[in-house]
Amino acid sequence: MNLVSELWTSLIESLVGLGAVVRFLLRLVAESPRALLRVDVIAQQIYNSGALSLVIIMLSGLFVGMVLGLQGFELLQRFGSEEALGTAAAIGLVKELGPVITALLFAGRAGTALASELGLMRATDQLSAMEVMAVDPIRRVVVPRFLGGVIAMPLLAAIFSVIGIYGAQLIGVQIMGVDAGSFWSQMRASVGLSDINEGFVKSCVFGVACSLIAVYEGYHATPTAEGVGQATTRTVITSAVVILFFDYLITAAFL
Amino acid sequence: MRKSRTTLNLGTGTFVLLGFAALLFLTTQTTSRGITLFANPPHYDLTAKFDNVGDLKVGAPVSMSGVEMGRVTKIAFDPKEYKAVVTMRMDARYNQLPTDSDASIYTQGLLGGKFIGLTPGGADTYLKDKDQIDFTQSAFVLENMIGQVLANFGKSSSPSDSTKSAPDTQATAAPKAMEKKQ
Repeated sequence: MNLVSELWTSLIESLVGLGAVVRFLLRLVAESPRALLRVDVIAQQIYNSGALSLVIIMLSGLFVGMVLGLQGFELLQRFGSEEALGTAAAIGLVKELGPVITALLFAGRAGTALASELGLMRATDQLSAMEVMAVDPIRRVVVPRFLGGVIAMPLLAAIFSVIGIYGAQLIGVQIMGVDAGSFWSQMRASVGLSDINEGFVKSCVFGVACSLIAVYEGYHATPTAEGVGQATTRTVITSAVVILFFDYLITAAFL
Repeated sequence: MRKSRTTLNLGTGTFVLLGFAALLFLTTQTTSRGITLFANPPHYDLTAKFDNVGDLKVGAPVSMSGVEMGRVTKIAFDPKEYKAVVTMRMDARYNQLPTDSDASIYTQGLLGGKFIGLTPGGADTYLKDKDQIDFTQSAFVLENMIGQVLANFGKSSSPSDSTKSAPDTQATAAPKAMEKKQ
């Protein structure tokens, strides 16, 4: 009986948490149009979330692409169809690996930075001080960070995919000797705009999800050193699960 | 703590530019709505008409004796002869191909892409820009071949045919039937 009531309580708690996140999202969206007008603040956040994540995204993309090139070549060679490597790498990167790995890295690099920054603001009473000065901290601090992440994520995913295709080309064509023309022409013949669209939609959704989770966790962090640490950890874990869950949903929706 | 304004703008600008360049690359360079960005080295164009090009793609290599000499740049349809017109861009270094050379469509590996193989003829004159290769052989279409084999099995198992069907008549009948289908 005790167990049942505990389960019930935790179910109610998680529903309350979900509701709070959704309400927070609606609040952010409602504040967004006005915040978009403040270009310099948004640019600062795009720089923080996007430009500073560029190096890790490009390095990871290169290595993921090179691994794809190597593994794909090894597999396709058995069927004598190495030329399909371009198609395999491009489809894999644009539709799946690009958005998902970028989002996971983004959660690790930019999401944690956002959560700990906001958490520390909470812990050092900066957010309360703003409220005292009649400045809405959500409008002034949270929304620009959220929007910066939402804008940066699709761009990062596109960069990841392009670098990855280059990496696959590097291994497949330059080292393994797949014919360059076949590599590109087969890719062009089988990759459609719908594939790129699917990847783009995924990266936009992941961008919203990652940024939302990061700012929510940071904003609602327990105002202690430990609380900030927990908020950062929860950001990464929740983001990873949500990203993979939405990845499945979007893939299923596009089939 | 804050970066100077110029560094900030430069970083943001570079990042956004790279991002949109990447999106542009994905939409134009990896899909069929391709745009060629780089100028081509010296070349000349040849055309050839095929009954069936199979799944030959634009960009497929054109080779002779296994050495790559050019690429397929265009595949069009000739509505008068009902044939596929393949335009090939040949490297200008290989400008001594006899006019009676022939072009065949081969497959790379068992399931690989198609490519065009040239076999030299014996003429003294050479192919020039915009010339047409007259002797062509179509792509090997696996489905037709399987259908042919099955049809032959059916024939040879029926009693009336098995008495007179010699292997050579079947062999000659097969390519003709294939041509009709195509």
